[in-house]
Amino acid sequence: MTAPAPLLSAFRQAFSEAWASGAGLLLPLGFFAGTATLVPFTLGGEAELLSRVGPGILWLALALSSMVTLERVFQADLQDGALDLWLQDSGSISLVAAIKTLTHWLVSGFPLVLMTPLIGFMLGVPTTKMIPAMLGYAMGGLVFFLWGGVAAALSASVARGGLLIALIALPLYVPALIFGVQMVDAGVDSPSFLFLGACTLFALGVAPAAMGAALRLAAE
Amino acid sequence: MLSYLANPLRFMRFSRFAVPICFALGVLMIGWSLYNGLFIVPPDDLQGGDLIRAMFTHVPSAWLSMGLYAALAGASFVWYIWRHELADVAARAIAPIGAGYTALCFITGSIWGQKGWGAGWHNLILGDSRLMSVLVMLFLFLGYIALRAALETRQKAARAAAILALVGIVNVPIIKVSVDMWQTTTIHQESSVLKIGGSEPREDDEGMNPVYLQQLLWGFGGHTLLASAMILMLMRAEVYTQQAERQIALKLEGH
Repeated sequence: MTAPAPLLSAFRQAFSEAWASGAGLLLPLGFFAGTATLVPFTLGGEAELLSRVGPGILWLALALSSMVTLERVFQADLQDGALDLWLQDSGSISLVAAIKTLTHWLVSGFPLVLMTPLIGFMLGVPTTKMIPAMLGYAMGGLVFFLWGGVAAALSASVARGGLLIALIALPLYVPALIFGVQMVDAGVDSPSFLFLGACTLFALGVAPAAMGAALRLAAE
Repeated sequence: MLSYLANPLRFMRFSRFAVPICFALGVLMIGWSLYNGLFIVPPDDLQGGDLIRAMFTHVPSAWLSMGLYAALAGASFVWYIWRHELADVAARAIAPIGAGYTALCFITGSIWGQKGWGAGWHNLILGDSRLMSVLVMLFLFLGYIALRAALETRQKAARAAAILALVGIVNVPIIKVSVDMWQTTTIHQESSVLKIGGSEPREDDEGMNPVYLQQLLWGFGGHTLLASAMILMLMRAEVYTQQAERQIALKLEGH
């Protein structure tokens, strides 16, 4: 069975969009590393303090760097007409939106997860916490991109909507952030991990429908 | 009642009388609760003395911040399904009032907490879970208002805002639970409104002294009426604005 054409094209387009302009991929990575690098300057260089706040700092950096690319997720499609084509096709716009956000997560969220051990190591995060932290960042990042995608879809027709997207999305980030930070401390076999998983599944279920409704509106 | 008022003409006729009545009654009741609360009732010797007087504003505004967000989502839902213009007018009017009450709840709560929780706690305002969930609530309101302001046409703004309000309301319980789990050691007291206690202060009495409860209920009623009056006022202004716009459009077409 092959995936319907609009879904494939959405995936390909989102993927090539990110690769075609090298900066698009490097931007969130650079932002992530830069934010984490600033932390010792603001909190001081004590090793014990840094290793204690390290995982939390990485969560903050992840939440902020997910914002960097969100503004472009749907705005470009609206401007170049791709959105209208997807809407004319019989396929579901919610699915297309989900594919687009997942691809964005794959391109600009997942590399942050891969980079986590490096920055975590530099901040002195204990190595035993690294695997749960990476798992948490992967799931939490997905939540961030999904709710951020809703905010981006709602403000797709707003010029320079970056700050608006941040204001709309940040309250929705709160649960994943809380459970994520807790699970890094408590490990994979803790209730916090299950709650984070529940948040991820909930976002996967609700956000695409909301994005679909918002995109249908943006295209008018 | 609601379907009766769904007719804009009937709504305007009803609200013409409802606004001044709600407003006057609300101000009277708030005034009565504040007069009694600030000057008459004795200070609470068990919990911070005079600080309990903040309660007569803090608790009603906390209830209104939640209630108004639920009302916002309800109005948005009605508008999204049935496209009834008045529902959108209501949602638009509820947002700033709700944001105002949420801010009031946060401000009074931080003052109360800062003074009342004392040095034993770290004097953290941004560290108590119940204050934090109020703050997150405020950002939900602000995001809603900002989104409405950013979209050009009224129709578009109404639709996008309705989607956001519905996404918000399904998230509110999750946010609330997660923030509660974040700080299991909240120093904020348990809700005691529904437990009626004795009138003599006792250490083990969990309920509220009826003297306070009475003023609190006046405050509840007063703030609810005042908020309704303000929302109805904003709605009336919006209906008039739309009528004026329609007449201008007709004039420009040369009728």
